[in-house]
Amino acid sequence: MQSYLEFEKPLAEIEGKAEELRAMGRANKEMDVEKEAKALDKKAEQLLKDLYKDLSPWRKCQVARHPNRPHCKDYIEALFTEYTPLAGDRNFADDHSVMGGLARLDGRPVMVIGHEKGNDTNSRIERNFGMARPEGYRKAIRLMDLADRFNVPVVTLVDTPGAYPGKGAEERGQSEAIARSTEKCLQLGVPLVSVIIGEGGSGGAVAFATANRVAMLEHSVYSVISPEGCASILWKDAEKMREAAEALRLTAQDLHKLGVIDRIIAEPMGGAQRGASAAIKAVGECIDDMITKLASLSRDEVRRERRKKFLNIGSKGLAA
Amino acid sequence: MNWISNYVRPKINSLFSRREVPENLWSKCEECGTMLFHRELAENLNVCTNCDHHMGITPRDRFHALFDEGVFVEVPVPAPISDPLQFRDQKKYPERLKMAQRGTGEAEAMLVAEGEMGRTPIVAAAQNFGFMAGSMGMYVGNAIIAAAERAVKLKRPLILFSAAGGARMQEGILSLMQMPRTTVAVEMLKEAGLPYIVVLTHPTTGGVTASYAMLGDVHIAEPNALICFAGPRVIEQTIREKLPEGFQRAEYLLDHGMLDRVTHRRDMKVELVSILRMLMGMSPPVMGDLPSPGAMGAETSDEKTKT
Repeated sequence: MQSYLEFEKPLAEIEGKAEELRAMGRANKEMDVEKEAKALDKKAEQLLKDLYKDLSPWRKCQVARHPNRPHCKDYIEALFTEYTPLAGDRNFADDHSVMGGLARLDGRPVMVIGHEKGNDTNSRIERNFGMARPEGYRKAIRLMDLADRFNVPVVTLVDTPGAYPGKGAEERGQSEAIARSTEKCLQLGVPLVSVIIGEGGSGGAVAFATANRVAMLEHSVYSVISPEGCASILWKDAEKMREAAEALRLTAQDLHKLGVIDRIIAEPMGGAQRGASAAIKAVGECIDDMITKLASLSRDEVRRERRKKFLNIGSKGLAA
Repeated sequence: MNWISNYVRPKINSLFSRREVPENLWSKCEECGTMLFHRELAENLNVCTNCDHHMGITPRDRFHALFDEGVFVEVPVPAPISDPLQFRDQKKYPERLKMAQRGTGEAEAMLVAEGEMGRTPIVAAAQNFGFMAGSMGMYVGNAIIAAAERAVKLKRPLILFSAAGGARMQEGILSLMQMPRTTVAVEMLKEAGLPYIVVLTHPTTGGVTASYAMLGDVHIAEPNALICFAGPRVIEQTIREKLPEGFQRAEYLLDHGMLDRVTHRRDMKVELVSILRMLMGMSPPVMGDLPSPGAMGAETSDEKTKT
């Protein structure tokens, strides 16, 4: 079932009407509804195009969080073969909000790591809504380290509202785990490429996305703080999230202009949630291309290149 | 870089900024409520003389106490592009910056300096919580990189005093990018085999804790400092329960293995000197070598020619 975002309500109405009409047609064979339904389809298609042509930053946040959007698990299942999940941080637990393991991408062995949000109530709870605890970052560190020692490139898929703000997480060193994960990203002598497939939430995202190449899906977002959080601090009103989303410049397009990300991956019309397989395929091609272009670098070069990239960030602003 | 611009000018600036000290000569300890005379409080490094509560201290005041005879040379920090996002909330970002500059007499939220501490050459960086909550933006990132590069060049250890509400939202993603950038700075020190000591002061939170503040070779905190990733209010809203007494305070983190030590501000210098000299393979600190009030006059001239 397609679920609609608030701004997609007019679209839901038209698509609903077309659906109703067709149901009537199925019940009553005499009635010819197809012509009318087709006209509604066309209208819906046009509306979809208009809605998605120029999404506001806040709408992009909503699309990035869309429950039907393909998640990490969908990408891993569709893009990789021989995916072999590897679990645990060898200290405390296995964090189910972070998936990771060895796999092949077009025959090439890679280590794939990503945040998984879950897609129904049970799996969302199991995955903690994609909010990792220290164990999740420490598992990622362990897997990156393993990949590094055996010269396997690392792919990270970022989709998290942020690191989990919980009592136990703090006690077990959430900050330290994130810092070490970022540090490990910088130390890798193998290519590290990252795709932000949904939400890139603050430090929890940086811990995976300190990569040689960072790509973003067209309607994904990447930000230092959620628009709601920013609004409640700077505007003293969480309802000002539209303004905050605007001010934070969290869209793929703005981040590309700022030189923070390297590539934007186009999404099918109406977002990845309306064309999962096309979106997944585009992400796969992008990952493959990014790794291939880095493959010739030596261990030292790949590390230096990554470091330089981050040291240079900030030399470009958004011209008015 | 010369003596006049690096030593005399800051001194003159500090004379001028002193005019902005409120006429109120007494301040109230926010912990025990005791009224403290400002001179007495300053002499005690902004620690309450009654209950030992550690209040905020500006980087400049801290450096005056930390470096021998209060002599230090500022390390220049490359200025980042200003207001890269043209950020505006209820106020424009440049206006907020100007207000902070007027309020503190400082250019930004971090001060970097080199000098000698207990006759041990060091580079030090200190975050200024009074400047937009010490928030980590591009300037702070540049300051930490400049500090690390200077330390590597001079083959000296780096001591970093952290204090921040987190990342500077007004710089959006570019503030977030200071997490990897400052981590690169820490890597430079590690590769050069130089000690990197973090002194975590009240409060150290968010992206600052989750990057350079938790990557030290040694972590020392000031008593009762709040040190966390997510603040207590956010956690209470998430888990909907009351947090235990002392949660996320320095002593709590010490118990949970996140810190090496919790040290009183008064004892910090001696401890830093001792640790650094051991790590750097230097001879033990001779107490007579440390500036004593009596020896001050005799040593000052000698010290100045050196820096």
